[in-house]
Amino acid sequence: MTLAGWLQIATVLFLVVAASVPLSTYIKRVMAGERTWLSPVLVPLEAGFNRLAGVDPKREQSWLAYTMAMLMFSLVGFVTLYGLQRLQGYLPLNPQHFGAVSPDLAFNTSISFITNTNWQDYAGETTLSHLVQMLGLTVHNFLSAATGLAIAFALVRAFARSSSTTIGNFWADMTRSVLYILLPGALIIALVLVSRGVPQTLAGSVTATTLEGAKQVISLGPVASQEAIKELGTNGGGFFNANAAHPFENPDAFTNMLEIWALLVIPFASVLAFGRAVGDLRQARAIYAVMGILLLIGTCVAYWAEAAGNPLLAKLGVASAMGNMEGKEVRFGEAMSSFFAAATTGTSTGAVNAMHDSMPPIGGLVPLFNILLGSITPGGVGAGLYGFLVFVVIAVFIAGLMVGRTPEYLGKKIETHEMKLAMFAVLLYPLIVLGFTATSVLLKSALDSLGNSGPHGLSEILYAYASTNANNGSAFAGLNGNTLWFNTSLGLAMFLGRFAFAIPVLALAGSLAAKKRAPVSQGTLPTHGPLFVGLLIGVIVILYLLQYFPVLALGPIVEQFLMHAGKTF
Amino acid sequence: MLNAFRPSLVMIVLFSILAGLVYPLTITGMAQLVMPQAANGSLIMRNGNWVGSSLIGQNFTAPGYFHSRPSATSAADPNDASKTMDAPYNAANSGGSNYGPTSQKLMDRVKASIGADTAAGFTGPMSGDAVTTSASGLDPDISPQFALAQLAAVAKARQMPQAELLQLVEAHVMNRVWGVFGEPRVNVLQLNLALDQLKQGATESRR
Repeated sequence: MTLAGWLQIATVLFLVVAASVPLSTYIKRVMAGERTWLSPVLVPLEAGFNRLAGVDPKREQSWLAYTMAMLMFSLVGFVTLYGLQRLQGYLPLNPQHFGAVSPDLAFNTSISFITNTNWQDYAGETTLSHLVQMLGLTVHNFLSAATGLAIAFALVRAFARSSSTTIGNFWADMTRSVLYILLPGALIIALVLVSRGVPQTLAGSVTATTLEGAKQVISLGPVASQEAIKELGTNGGGFFNANAAHPFENPDAFTNMLEIWALLVIPFASVLAFGRAVGDLRQARAIYAVMGILLLIGTCVAYWAEAAGNPLLAKLGVASAMGNMEGKEVRFGEAMSSFFAAATTGTSTGAVNAMHDSMPPIGGLVPLFNILLGSITPGGVGAGLYGFLVFVVIAVFIAGLMVGRTPEYLGKKIETHEMKLAMFAVLLYPLIVLGFTATSVLLKSALDSLGNSGPHGLSEILYAYASTNANNGSAFAGLNGNTLWFNTSLGLAMFLGRFAFAIPVLALAGSLAAKKRAPVSQGTLPTHGPLFVGLLIGVIVILYLLQYFPVLALGPIVEQFLMHAGKTF
Repeated sequence: MLNAFRPSLVMIVLFSILAGLVYPLTITGMAQLVMPQAANGSLIMRNGNWVGSSLIGQNFTAPGYFHSRPSATSAADPNDASKTMDAPYNAANSGGSNYGPTSQKLMDRVKASIGADTAAGFTGPMSGDAVTTSASGLDPDISPQFALAQLAAVAKARQMPQAELLQLVEAHVMNRVWGVFGEPRVNVLQLNLALDQLKQGATESRR
């Protein structure tokens, strides 16, 4: 570990915190339908969209109507994206003449993008035309992130309001998220990326003759526009197979810092925006602190493991000064690869600048643990906030049981109905992840997909389901997911991970919105301050560590011991 | 739910136009106009031919060149399309080895790399990047340590004094910006181009 490494990590974190404060005011205003400095340009566009769609943005929806709108929107998105991929061969902007994407791969990719997962069973540069990349993937990078933000702010309104039957208007929330937040941000970031060397062209590839006279076909395309929203929208689906490790997606240390910043900034800002919306910033700061602490711990552990290197390679005579360089790029080094890994899995991004599969066991445990938590430190755009608030509800309930007070959060009583919804959402995750992992381990065809044997093989399968279920999308990519079983089951995990979580969350919003906001009294348990921060971390770690400890012991933990004992597979 | 159908369809179409066409094409237009060199892949031209991109690594095997890191990229086998074969630095199919830390294949490959590097006359302990594959398989850089390890071998093949070559390598080391940002590295293609230029005085121009 080096001082320069720590300073780079600290710089990005500082810039995220510094930007999240003003951005949170902006996000709060946008989601409340108020005027912003972009309104003169965007109001006419927004009004035009609403008129054509037949939407009255002022007309609020009940939680059920809101959910139905969200589901229908996702369904139509799924069908159009599936159609685009299947018809790719007949459509223009296909300089490399790719044919139709196979049905199971198109199914998987469509689910992957409408759920903000961006799991890559496809290999961008060898499967998808420029048209599909732009009209399909880039569009859903915006829309799935906007959908997440919409759901989050429906829940925020539920806490902020008293005795309300409505939680907002889905169309207004989604449209405003794209127009006011994601699009302007992506435009600026994309142009900065191009200036550092990220290509933005409609050409398919160039053929160069190398210095040694060999032919090198270099894939090109409209990369920067996709890269910018991929990070800002915490999507993560790469233009290229190697994702943000590809020099064209991430050419140098500066773009790397920008990309980490971009994927962290909206999730953190959304938390503060929540505080502003409910009129109590202290509540938001407690959540912000927990997210920040867990992100930082993960980064430290991963950096330590990476810098320690692989003792098995050291035995072969490889100098360990650079740490574990397998699956790493020289220009990023250990510090910024470890930080990227923790940030991309703490959010639901899942972009990678190093191959997680080749991280040392404990290094790989960090991203794995982050996605097992459901990617909530600080989580995806919107999804992180609503995912985390579910944990807060549970933590408040547990605290209430411990001290014998009626559990309350922001003046809303947490009762049986709310707890059932919160627990349904939280218990579903381990069921999906462990259930599918156990099934895959028993299937010969699934085991044939493994890229590594021994405990690392189990980690690969576990990682795949944890990642898709958390709508993260990063991978232990040695596993070949492009098979009928994995395309289908991982697709299901993504679908359930998004919708079987979001629907109870919206139901929770409906039930909370209808409640009266009770004033703070002597009997209210304070939900800010260090005590509550500690309680939240305790609940998250204990609740999850207990559920997943056995399988983690059989995967990365035992592998760490075996690695030091000199065992290979 | 059906009354949500029209807004869904209309919004998907409108946002497809806005975010799927207007957004990327605007950026394409601006990028092509203002910074075409960067927007087209930072390609390098020499004597009227593209020799590669300054951002994308190349495979070097000849003794007179500095070698890049090992690469795990592959390509479709021309004899059997269902199979793949090793194709280092295939810039049309990026990817890493994805070997785990306890993979026997990783150990075997590293051993082979060490053997090859020793046979090529590389000196000193193997630095971490010298015998490992990158995440993209297209890493354009090597560490300064790996460049220095190759110094004697390249100088011998080029029949030039080591001191002169050392100067060239040092001129190509990109250090951390302000001593903090980035990692020390050497761009292999640019170093080798400079090496060729020393000898031939070939003209290099960039688009």
